[in-house]
Amino acid sequence: MSATTSQTRRLAFAPNWAMRAALLVLAAYTIWASSRLGLTWDRVAHGMGEGGRLLARMVPPNFERWQLLLEGMLESLQIAVLASAIGILISLPLGVLAARNLSPIWVAGPVRAVIAVCRSLHYVIVAILFVKAIGFGALAGTAALVVASVGFIAKLFAEAIEEISMKQVEAIRATGANVMKVLAYAVVPQVSSRFIGFCLYQLDSNLRNSTLVGIVGAGGIGGTLFAAFKRFDYDFVAAILLAIIALIFLAEIISGRVRAALR
Amino acid sequence: MTAAPRAAAPASGTVLQIKGLVKEYAAGKPVLKGIDVAVPAEGITAIIGPSGTGKSTLIRCINRLVEPTSGSITLHGAELTGLRGRELRLARRRIGMVFQEYNLVERLTVMENVLSGRLGYVPLWRAWLRKYPEEDIQRAFMLLDAVGLPEHATRRADALSGGQRQRVGIARALMQRPEILLADEPTSSLDPRTAVEVLELLTRLTAAEGVPVIINIHNVDLAKRYARRIIGMSGGSVIFDGPPEELEQHHLRAIYGGEDWL
Amino acid sequence: MNSITHDPVAPLRREWQRHTPAQRISRWLVWLVCVAAVVWAIRSIDIIPEFLADAPEQMGDMLLRMWPPDLSHYYPEVHNALIETLHIATLGTVFCFVLAVPLALLAARNICTIRPLNALAQLGLVASRSVNSLVWALLFVAIFGPGAAAGVFAIAFRSVGFVGKLLAEALEETNPGPREALRAAGAPWGAEMLKGVWPQVQPAFWGIALFRWDINVRESAVLGLVGAGGIGLVLDDAINFFQWERVSTVLLAILAVVLLAEIVVTRIRARLI
Repeated sequence: MSATTSQTRRLAFAPNWAMRAALLVLAAYTIWASSRLGLTWDRVAHGMGEGGRLLARMVPPNFERWQLLLEGMLESLQIAVLASAIGILISLPLGVLAARNLSPIWVAGPVRAVIAVCRSLHYVIVAILFVKAIGFGALAGTAALVVASVGFIAKLFAEAIEEISMKQVEAIRATGANVMKVLAYAVVPQVSSRFIGFCLYQLDSNLRNSTLVGIVGAGGIGGTLFAAFKRFDYDFVAAILLAIIALIFLAEIISGRVRAALR
Repeated sequence: MTAAPRAAAPASGTVLQIKGLVKEYAAGKPVLKGIDVAVPAEGITAIIGPSGTGKSTLIRCINRLVEPTSGSITLHGAELTGLRGRELRLARRRIGMVFQEYNLVERLTVMENVLSGRLGYVPLWRAWLRKYPEEDIQRAFMLLDAVGLPEHATRRADALSGGQRQRVGIARALMQRPEILLADEPTSSLDPRTAVEVLELLTRLTAAEGVPVIINIHNVDLAKRYARRIIGMSGGSVIFDGPPEELEQHHLRAIYGGEDWL
Repeated sequence: MNSITHDPVAPLRREWQRHTPAQRISRWLVWLVCVAAVVWAIRSIDIIPEFLADAPEQMGDMLLRMWPPDLSHYYPEVHNALIETLHIATLGTVFCFVLAVPLALLAARNICTIRPLNALAQLGLVASRSVNSLVWALLFVAIFGPGAAAGVFAIAFRSVGFVGKLLAEALEETNPGPREALRAAGAPWGAEMLKGVWPQVQPAFWGIALFRWDINVRESAVLGLVGAGGIGLVLDDAINFFQWERVSTVLLAILAVVLLAEIVVTRIRARLI
């Protein structure tokens, strides 16, 4: 904008100076931070060449060791199923205890804090801790994904319960029903379909994550993948990646179908 | 009918006695300022009064959905205030309640809603699995017949109209075989014609089962028509207490204030 | 009492069950499948019973060793790694837009009307989404060697699918009116996008960017475990040397940053909207 005329000149488009300044700062930051992290143009150009060579070594994918692949995938599936089942079982009571409309605040507060901690830690970090504490293998991976599942669905359960109509709860209480019967008749009917949706979603994401925890030694296909990377077996890497993507796709389609059928 | 043993109780007696009942939601601001009421063992007792005068609070203090601050409430001579846990639940199952907005569990079937009136009686596993005793199921069917919904047992409650829902609400309350029935504005969410039908039904069924009723009601004409006894409340106190014939214009003026509306 | 029992024969012996037979069978089938899956998983999973038995004890032992955290360890090592993690998350988010914006434009069916191009762009977005950021990190470590550069690219490539998908959806929801008006006035394609589309998607755009940045802060904290820079590297070292007080320091630092990022994002979003 040239400021040749007086300040009262009318502008067709009011310039948003704050936004422009923010964009400028962002651009400056990008350049500065890139140089700080050693991201120079040379390096990127060199990397592109490397990337091309890597891709070339990945095709064609090598499915010769399909038994190893299948074993790993099955273990991932087992981890996902177990972690989802245990995670859901733990989350059901935790969700009720964390719902502020059903539990007293001195119960809901601490339970919410536990759930928040479970959610804040990345599942791979949790997996590493479990691997160090209880050893390599599927047990550590299952435990890590149980923690992640609790952090995620217990929170969603609690939120769903907090949104129910308390009038129905009041009516069931007035019949002389105890806590468990109130849950069965006034709470569960109001939240069950949403709960099933959350559980399916969690199974889906546990399946994704279970293909990964093996990278830190917690069982599943991730371990095979990491080993193949370390041995520069890039054609086997490609085969594993394709298998993982296919599994995730399949799971997404199935859970999408089931969710549509429930509606 | 198993209402028979209770019918042996003196018909002229008092089923529910409220003495000096005070409720403060915020300290120092009582909503109920020392209520004294004796509810007879028969017929309908209507509580009338302007909105916000504590009618609903009074009714909810009886089955302790609202915790009274002080005072005494006795049902057949047994004190209700101060009950806890299991004893409170045992007391609640003797008290049926019908709500203004029906408060049916919307996603359950009509039958499940009616049977939920037995929750105070059946063990947990039966409740969870819906394996109610045959006797309860037959009674639920009879009540559904009686409220005029014989074909609706397997429909979901949220598929019913307002009047139908309130009929299910009445069936649920009677399913408890209550010794007294509380009705909190049972007709306020209904159109005038349905309101009369529902009140008619409530009167008829409770008379047949020998259950006394306390009802909160806005409509003074309906109260006079169906109640044997009227309690007029204003500002958290009882202003009138007597048979409908004795309720006169000056009482109504005292209860509702002003006279333009008369 | 007659009014209730007015019809003494009809109501006798009526059956009531919660579900119809078909419903019951399908419910049982669903339960059967669930239970069978869990039983299969339990029976065939490779868990050593001794490990399972003393797992709680071992976990407790580890947590005890972590206490108290060695806070003197925070500066400079953990601090610098934390800053590097934030740089990785932020740069990764910025760079992801270089790829995400063109792909989103190609994928949005109202912007690009060539169907095969739509499908191709969607395929690219899906491919990016279905590979986890740790796997992307492994790939880029193989390409660039260990270090933050691999981390930035891993974050960027993982984010492309997420951002591109949401952006394409936002684009498809725009009102065609303003664009038609501009086209009718003879505006070139660039002006049509800038003045007709951009103002409509701008709020969604910033929302998506912030949302993804928040996720990226969490994700970049673990990239170091495979050598792609950031605080994960420090965590890995501390764990490998069994320096548990240091581990807890790092974990606390990560927790703090993650929570802080969430608060910052919520604040900014509240101001933007």
